[in-house]
Amino acid sequence: MSNPFIRLEEVSKSFGLLTVVEGLNLEIGKGEFISLLGPSGSGKTTILMMLAGFENPTSGAIWAGGKRIDSLPPHRRNMGVVFQNYALFPHMTVSENVAFPLKMRGLPRALIKERVEKALDMVQLGSLAERRPSQLSGGQQQRVALARALIFEPEVVLMDEPLGALDKQLREQMQLDIRDLHRRLELTIVFVTHDQSEALTMSDRIAIFNRGKIEQIGKPSDIYDHPSTQFVAEFIGETNLVRGCVQTIEGGTARVQLPGGQVVFVAAATDLRPNGSVCLSIRPERIKVGRREAAGNNITAAIFDVVYHGDHLRLLARSDGQGLVVKTDRSQPTLSIGEEVQLSFLPSDCWVVRP
Amino acid sequence: MNVLRFSKLVFGSATVFFLIAPLIAILPLAFTDSVFLNYPIPGYSTRWFEELFTAGVWQRSIINSLIIGCGTTVLATVLGTVGALGLRDRQLSLALATIKTIFLLPMVVPAVVLGVGMQLMFARYGLTNTYLGVIIAHTVVAVPFVVVNVLAVLQGIDRRLEQAAASLGAAPVTVLKQVTLPLALPGIVSGAVFAFATSLDEVVLTLFVAGPNQRTLARQMFSTIRENISPAIAAAAFVFIVGTVLIAVVLNFSRGTKQANG
Repeated sequence: MSNPFIRLEEVSKSFGLLTVVEGLNLEIGKGEFISLLGPSGSGKTTILMMLAGFENPTSGAIWAGGKRIDSLPPHRRNMGVVFQNYALFPHMTVSENVAFPLKMRGLPRALIKERVEKALDMVQLGSLAERRPSQLSGGQQQRVALARALIFEPEVVLMDEPLGALDKQLREQMQLDIRDLHRRLELTIVFVTHDQSEALTMSDRIAIFNRGKIEQIGKPSDIYDHPSTQFVAEFIGETNLVRGCVQTIEGGTARVQLPGGQVVFVAAATDLRPNGSVCLSIRPERIKVGRREAAGNNITAAIFDVVYHGDHLRLLARSDGQGLVVKTDRSQPTLSIGEEVQLSFLPSDCWVVRP
Repeated sequence: MNVLRFSKLVFGSATVFFLIAPLIAILPLAFTDSVFLNYPIPGYSTRWFEELFTAGVWQRSIINSLIIGCGTTVLATVLGTVGALGLRDRQLSLALATIKTIFLLPMVVPAVVLGVGMQLMFARYGLTNTYLGVIIAHTVVAVPFVVVNVLAVLQGIDRRLEQAAASLGAAPVTVLKQVTLPLALPGIVSGAVFAFATSLDEVVLTLFVAGPNQRTLARQMFSTIRENISPAIAAAAFVFIVGTVLIAVVLNFSRGTKQANG
């Protein structure tokens, strides 16, 4: 990145003997929406805590806006933080909560009042200004927390699983609301989540964490279509992992033999060698039922379950001991359990992943 | 089921009776018009209350109790709250666990032992027979109640509230003033009430460190019952009980607000 706004350099964090973040390098651009995605314990929240200043890195440096900030106390970092449990002050009203950061900055009372009203209108809570947080629903509380974290126009907004406690419908609405705010206010947002669909729908870039390290970082579509490792392929979306042995490589296409003896053609990645073993990721929606002519791969499989999902069907099939999930639309002719079918997919839909 | 309910009722009533029988015995005597502290009561009057609030020694002892009680409350609440803030949800290392135990020690150490130690030490620093000496003595036994109450509330406060305040621009002192202390207030109030109540009925330490000028109400009752058994004691007891009930009401109220906030 040519001019990153936030830069983490070789940042490590250990608690006693436990290393939570290890030698992390990460650059975040101004106005970027970046998601830190990973299972719990992967270090993503610790990074957020270090950005906010609640934890100090054991080693390494953190830069923001050209200044080194890792020894700065949280109240001097000018970063808005939104917590999963909202962390609203229970002894203050909604408007007092939202006014808090402005009061800390010593703004005149009339100006505070005006800006609090504007901020509450922005999140459609103007009518609840005098309520206590405990009198609001979860979604309303989260919007108060958003207003409070945005009202002082922070350079960066850090969000720690902010939608984790909301039900599905509300969560999807809030995802759109946050995206909208991000665009309108040109915010830089660091968003921690363990929900992959949330990361895919909201982010400019996603950093996938595993055991304190970034496994892969990139645009959502890159990560979904071209996962670099088995972990990423399984963590983002659903996938079929198929192991095989490379036989020959010819003109950008590799011939891979599956354990059961069937042969598939794979668009060859640069690091494939003949006789090497290989792990392929094939997305369930890329597999079609029925033969495909020309450049397609065709394999025979037996269906052992058909699961109805409303908008699509999910076929669970087995081919020479290899389980395969196929996502198909409902225009398929009726398939019955036990039936033998042909499954086909293109060489370009087989993506080689590192184990 | 009915047998169970019946036995619950019987045992419950028996326990309650066991606990409050002494109170029931003493309270009516406060209103006797006789000069003896015994039953039957020949007639009713409020002469012993008049005695309590007009006779020099009694009046003096009530004022002393209030002075010492208030002094103790202020000192113990400040010290106990600061102590609780320091002990709050740290990873309890051996050193800190020891310190915490020391904070709570005066609750279990026999008052006689404390009293002897204090008398020796206070004599050295000229604190015997002074109000300050008695206030310090009472504070020693009152601080644990404040620490326990405040610590309980502090441990219930979500750290993220304080983190949020810091991220919004509040310096540590401001976080303490605007977030931590307001949220800990119910615990601080309970602690203060316990401190006052502890001071009010403390006799043993008072016997050791107080002089005739610092005679508290409890101490006065103690000597009255040995010297001349007058129904003024019953009147004093009545005042005590009314005070205690008021304290209980304050406590309930502060717990109520805690729940409303939490």
